[in-house]
Amino acid sequence: MDAAENQTLLTAHTRGEIDAWRAKFPEGRQRSAVIAALHAAQHQNHGFLTRELMEAVAAYLEMPAIEVFEVAAFYSMFETEPCGRHSISVCTNISCMLRGGEKILNHIENRLGIRVGESTPDGSIHLKKEEECLAACTGAPMMMVDHKYYENLTPAVVDDILNSIKKT
Amino acid sequence: MSADTFTIEVNGIELDARPGQMLIEVTDAAGIYVPRFCYHRHLSVAANCRMCLIEVEKAPKPLPACATPVTNGMKVHTKSPAAIAAQKAVMEFLLINHPLDCPICDQGGECELQDIAMGYGRGVSRYTERKRVVADKNIGPLISTDMTRCIHCTRCVRFGQEIAGIQEIGTIGRGDRTVISTFVETTVDHELSGNIIDLCPVGALNNKPYRFSARAWEMVQLPTIAPHDCLGSNLNAHVIGGRLKRIVPRTNDALNETWLADRDRFSCEAVYAPDRQDKPLVRDQGGLREATWEEALDVAAEGLRRLRGNLSVLASPSATTEEGYLLARIARHLGTASIDHRLRRSDFRAQDEDPLFPWLGMAVADVETLDAVCVVGSNLRREVPLLAHRVRKAAQRGAHISFVNTARDEYLFKVGEYLAGEDLVAELGRLVAAARQAGASGTAADNVVAALRDGVTTAVLVGQIAMRHPRFAEIRALASDLAQLTGARLGFIPEGANAAGLSLAGVLPHRAAAGRPAEVTGAHAGDIVAHPAQGLILFGVEPQFDCADGAAGRRAVAAAGFVIAFSPFVDETLRAHADVVLPIGTFAETSGTYVNAAGDWQSFTGVAMPCGDSRPGWKVLRVLGNLIDLPNCDYQTSDAIRDELRTAVGNAQPGQDSFAALRVDSAAPAAANAGDVPMYQIDALVRRAQCLQLTRDGTLAATEAAGGRRIA
Repeated sequence: MDAAENQTLLTAHTRGEIDAWRAKFPEGRQRSAVIAALHAAQHQNHGFLTRELMEAVAAYLEMPAIEVFEVAAFYSMFETEPCGRHSISVCTNISCMLRGGEKILNHIENRLGIRVGESTPDGSIHLKKEEECLAACTGAPMMMVDHKYYENLTPAVVDDILNSIKKT
Repeated sequence: MSADTFTIEVNGIELDARPGQMLIEVTDAAGIYVPRFCYHRHLSVAANCRMCLIEVEKAPKPLPACATPVTNGMKVHTKSPAAIAAQKAVMEFLLINHPLDCPICDQGGECELQDIAMGYGRGVSRYTERKRVVADKNIGPLISTDMTRCIHCTRCVRFGQEIAGIQEIGTIGRGDRTVISTFVETTVDHELSGNIIDLCPVGALNNKPYRFSARAWEMVQLPTIAPHDCLGSNLNAHVIGGRLKRIVPRTNDALNETWLADRDRFSCEAVYAPDRQDKPLVRDQGGLREATWEEALDVAAEGLRRLRGNLSVLASPSATTEEGYLLARIARHLGTASIDHRLRRSDFRAQDEDPLFPWLGMAVADVETLDAVCVVGSNLRREVPLLAHRVRKAAQRGAHISFVNTARDEYLFKVGEYLAGEDLVAELGRLVAAARQAGASGTAADNVVAALRDGVTTAVLVGQIAMRHPRFAEIRALASDLAQLTGARLGFIPEGANAAGLSLAGVLPHRAAAGRPAEVTGAHAGDIVAHPAQGLILFGVEPQFDCADGAAGRRAVAAAGFVIAFSPFVDETLRAHADVVLPIGTFAETSGTYVNAAGDWQSFTGVAMPCGDSRPGWKVLRVLGNLIDLPNCDYQTSDAIRDELRTAVGNAQPGQDSFAALRVDSAAPAAANAGDVPMYQIDALVRRAQCLQLTRDGTLAATEAAGGRRIA
């Protein structure tokens, strides 16, 4: 991929984000910014990465494309298939499970009419599959909506949160 | 104990170690067994299989031996209860998702997982959940895949990245969803791809042509030498009931390390090609009919006695040294010096200046230690894949690698400069001019010269495109000038497995054995084809494919009045024009000696039974020699022939001579076919290896032969 193509795929804002992260690492270690770069690229594309975007990140950070694919495929916070704009991750690990996390998950599934791993037909919400412990056991049950944690959930609280998402 | 070593203690035994070594290197050197899957001494350390966990005193938990650097006074236990428990636990995890299909798996019996499971696995699995299944990939005609068997050691991934130089391969996903990426497909277009079969510790990647045709424990393993390029890769042949089943590399760090080019690994299929000839043939009433050896040899001998000196001989550059030596003796006894193995050379003007044999100028392993290399007129990856690998290793170390060639070939390492131009002589001339004009800088030519001059050891390597070139004499003189002006060594990369051995054996029109000047000189390969003599001996040669001018080669066979073909195969040309066909064994079915470009003499024995009534070439030549009263031709073994030549050669070695610039009065011959020869078209054996013809290189060559564009 040549530089010109790269410029058009990654927005000025995304490139600015990547540059800011890149500056935190020593000269020649720009690949350390790959996770942050993928976050920025995913954000720019409304919640998921495309092969072209990953290749653009690879070219921008001067690393082999396959290494960017490997990172994107490894971490659960990157989506490599088209999905809804807002992502909801409901924790169902031990603490949350004991405190009713699975009930919360079922409630959301019924409310949105989708299963974990699916997105709503209007493309607004993506219910992430198998989220691991998000390290907020003190507030169990909990979920993460986009980048924000919501703790001590009840179905009523969840409904309020879902309504607020729908408006945006 | 020298200053830079210290001792560590392994299982109570004191061992010397150097700082920076990993524990597994020290235990391996001492012969202490540590189980492993992902570690390989020629690949980077991944430490992802965890099978090599061992106990180190004062460490809180078991450590992987492959990724634990040694420290002074370290105390290690490889067989303590804690170490064994860790290894057994890892084994149990590795077997969780591994299928129990050993009885139908080609790897069975030679499987690292099976072996280590015998030592460390539980008799009964505690795992009752569903095993994972991974879709297989079709990765071409050479390698079969059963991806469910993969244990993610990533040796193939690291081979692709580190040895082949391909970046588009990796592991995708996480945990039990991990799969080797589909980009593995691109690896199999690489000329060294077959090595991932050996690297794979399980049956995920296997030899496709060999698939399901034998079990490892039924076969006998016999050492031999590769018959296709001038490196002389060491092989092990796997043979069952006298029949060659497959070829694997035999470790020789001085030559092929643990690797093998696909051409050397997969060409063995051709030994049993459909047009393999297993009975002698003689011409009778216009057609060929089967004959006994006695009859065929009598016909051949009678023809030779009749023709005497009106005879020329073409030998394959991959014939053995012994065959070449006898062939040359027979030719000279009959009074002809028109004998040659340099079939694709087209410029013989300066052949009197040829070195004793086309020499690489250094040992093969030294190539990777060079600081700068300028490769002249070579498609190196196609010509000698493992030499290209050595050059790549030099590049990885930071050496400046440059190419001067008629076409721009792809190299998977950093190329310093690539001077591509139609006119090789002019391109090289610019380099020499730059070398004479000391101190200039800026142009690509100046950069090449500076790199050659500034490095401690540097080399100019002249390849096969240059050696086939109609102005090879000028090219060689210029390359020699370049080397002399910059203090670089000069080396040659000849065609075939045994150009060096055949040069020493006197399979040349202007030299007798051991490089002695010939009393009578004869026609070189170009003239033999252009002006056919009455009689023609073809030794493993198909002139229509193997000669510089294939069309002329075909005409020469048709024009010759009497053609004796020593060949394992009978193609249409031989069927139409040969008068006697003497079926000889391939490299696998004869004993002999190859001398590689570095001057290493490597003898081998026949590993397979000759097909049908075919016989080793040297034995056929011995009998023929006796029939025409060649004196002192009662060799009992091929070793006796080799020793006779070896004694004559003594310690003679080609030197770093300069090649005087060519006199201007001799005009260059007209260009015949001075280009590249496709990798899988170079000799009769490779052309018949179906699996190689189905690879990308093979199919591109077929497209080209059908009138497509020449691939540059």
